Amino acid sequence: MSKLPEIIRRHEDQIRSSWLKEVNNAVRRTDLMSDKEFQIQGRELLASIAEGAESGDVSHLDGKAWNHARELLTSISATRASQGFKPSETATFVLSLKQPLFQSVRKELSGSPDAMFEELWNTTLLIDKLALITTDAFLATREQLIIRQQQEMMELSTPVVKLWEGILALPIIGTLDSARTQVIMENLLGAIVQTNSRVAIIDITGVPTVDTLVAQHLLKTVTAARLMGAECIISGVRPQIAQTIVHLGIDLGQITTKAKLADAFALALQKSGRSVIRNSNGTAPVAAPKKTETPRGE
Amino acid sequence: MERIPILRMGSFLLVTIQVDMHDRLALQLQDDLTERIAEWGSTGVLIDISTLEIVDSFIGRMLANIAAMARVLDAETVVVGMQPAVAITLVELGMSLSGVRTALNVESGMELLYELRGNFRPESEDEISQA
Repeated sequence: MSKLPEIIRRHEDQIRSSWLKEVNNAVRRTDLMSDKEFQIQGRELLASIAEGAESGDVSHLDGKAWNHARELLTSISATRASQGFKPSETATFVLSLKQPLFQSVRKELSGSPDAMFEELWNTTLLIDKLALITTDAFLATREQLIIRQQQEMMELSTPVVKLWEGILALPIIGTLDSARTQVIMENLLGAIVQTNSRVAIIDITGVPTVDTLVAQHLLKTVTAARLMGAECIISGVRPQIAQTIVHLGIDLGQITTKAKLADAFALALQKSGRSVIRNSNGTAPVAAPKKTETPRGE
Repeated sequence: MERIPILRMGSFLLVTIQVDMHDRLALQLQDDLTERIAEWGSTGVLIDISTLEIVDSFIGRMLANIAAMARVLDAETVVVGMQPAVAITLVELGMSLSGVRTALNVESGMELLYELRGNFRPESEDEISQA
């Protein structure tokens, strides 16, 4: 049976004060956290550790007895992650507890070296595990932040814009992965139904690289649009991307590709039986505003 | 037995699928449609699937087959009104239906058939011969 709980209980005040002093020296961030808040956190945490050590096994922190300590550490860690603490600073907050505990153990068991060694080992295990919990929680908070930002980016970066009656444009910015392609495809197909568009221009000017996977995603989107009765034009193919596509041996099949969005738009207008003309005085180029749909082939 | 109605509009046929498409129904449609095309000498088939919400690979293959069979009988097939979810499903199943023509709705589908085949009404043949 470990003597650690007893030692913690007996020397609680002393451990706390020297722990806080230790943390103060090492990683105190007055810019991020007030003194009072810090004191409260330290006190609560030490109390929960004492509580856990008293009723549970010191080397296994999965048990019920440690629930309180685990929850407390997780919440402290999460708060610190969002406050802008570094992971090492958060871990040091827990690791600084080691020295005060060692001192107390030494004071208590200086008579018997064997017992002292065992308690020191228990203490080390305990503190290391607590520090690991802290780091895990810290990373989990960061992970959540990243996932949220990814979702926001995905929603922001897939707008479908209507260029003209029956002509849609889909400017893609950023790398295309499976998840994004799914969102883009759904947005585009939904917009095709809504606006009754026959031509959709997919602009890949903002796509940094095109590999086989990205090309496959593009092909899927184009095929799905075709199945619904809309034609797709891919625009914004940069010279490097054209080279990459050929080098990789990607077959874009029957899809029309254009270097610039303007070219694709001109083609789309042409396909829907419209044209852009310049006024006779030559000052203001105006697109011919035909509201009524002219049937193709007439 | 349940059947999908095939409507005759001049030299075109109009098929509107408004029930859940199960395999036997699909095969029945395939039979009926080829028979009608041969009987009436139709030059265009318009299949409206705007109310079709669930497809599997069999239905996808059936659409492709109907189009191929119609082509052998010298008729163009246009599939119209496919829903986004259906289109995504077919693409994920690897079926691009490359032999099938598509349009957004019945209106543009008829337009496309008209463009492909010209004579919408049987009378138009007389008009052409008069002109």
